[in-house]
Amino acid sequence: MPKVKLPRKSTAIDMTAMCDVAFLLLSFFILVAKFKPPENLTVTTPTSVSTKVAPEKDVVMITIDKEGKVYFSVSDVNKSQKTEIINSINSAKNLGLTDPEKASFANNPASYIGTPFSQLKSYLSKDAEELKKIVLPGIPVKDSTNNELIEWMRAAASAFQGGKMNIVVRGDDAAKYPSFQGVINAFKKNDQMKFQIVTNPVAVPKGTELFKINEATGTKGSTE
Amino acid sequence: MAEMDTSGGGGHKKGPGVKKGKKLSTRIDLTPMVDLGFLLITFFIFTTTMSQPTAMRLFLPKDVDKPEEQNKVKSSAVLTIMLGKNDLVYYYEGDDPTKLQSSNYKAIRDVIIDKKKRTDPKDFVVVLKPTQDASYKNTVNILDEMTIDAVKRYAMVDISAPEYQLITATEAANGVK
Repeated sequence: MPKVKLPRKSTAIDMTAMCDVAFLLLSFFILVAKFKPPENLTVTTPTSVSTKVAPEKDVVMITIDKEGKVYFSVSDVNKSQKTEIINSINSAKNLGLTDPEKASFANNPASYIGTPFSQLKSYLSKDAEELKKIVLPGIPVKDSTNNELIEWMRAAASAFQGGKMNIVVRGDDAAKYPSFQGVINAFKKNDQMKFQIVTNPVAVPKGTELFKINEATGTKGSTE
Repeated sequence: MAEMDTSGGGGHKKGPGVKKGKKLSTRIDLTPMVDLGFLLITFFIFTTTMSQPTAMRLFLPKDVDKPEEQNKVKSSAVLTIMLGKNDLVYYYEGDDPTKLQSSNYKAIRDVIIDKKKRTDPKDFVVVLKPTQDASYKNTVNILDEMTIDAVKRYAMVDISAPEYQLITATEAANGVK
């Protein structure tokens, strides 16, 4: 029987194309990735089934750290509101802040307030290097007669008047409830009844009511 | 692509005494490079936090001082959940706090669903009372639980002193530190 000769083919594949794809993907992911801005306050947020992305503009953020200390900050894009807030606090509380001290809050990106009014002047006069070293006491909120966050929220509400203000609470898992309660009370005193809580998204547990609703409507998570 | 034409001069014959220079192949094995590429991709994908933080919306009710302006609820349709320390919850139905039972964040879902089935949907209310020992995580978890179980009406209320005493007594009896 004459054998049919099959031409022997090389098993070596040209890897060039694959290499191109790999590095193309790599560069794509690196370029697309958004870097986390350095955060001075590290907070582990709780989880929720909410899928609504946290706002980034016009944000008034209240941070509660793991010891329950409360900090107040405004998103960087809202410089004019920041200036207005610090001005109105200054005049309401007679703090006698100088212009550079005001500017250190208003113009400094990622600036936050974590001191009672009495220490605000000395806090704002410090530069960034000094600030890293000191431990902030947080804004007093737990005592209902001396909830200084009320003043801050009032100043923020008037600064954002006419526009939209997103109140966002970013709390640490380990913070205790009284701090959160103090923050809520400060909102209520200013008739700010709507706010948002920053969370990490998790999937809706299977078999629950929301899961069934989502199955029926074809949505994921909760938009509320 | 990876190889280059190195044949040079095409068909130019050298004399018999001229030694032929050994032709090295310029073909490189790209497999390790591909490996490295994909390794880096996987590394970056795993290390990046994929998810952006999300926000959960919460609407607070207005505080009303006058009792006649407050919302009335049928006491039989109320489920009160109190958040204690060490990730434990205590709940009771109706308006008798002494009937309180302890539970945890996993088991409370069945309690809520069970109560929801037994009550008229338009009366059903869950009252949440975090104690000072509850953590922020507990509070957010229970609010999230309301969303998960599709509880339409719920309220977050400050705990009363007798209820808090009951919880501390129960905790002491159960050996919760």
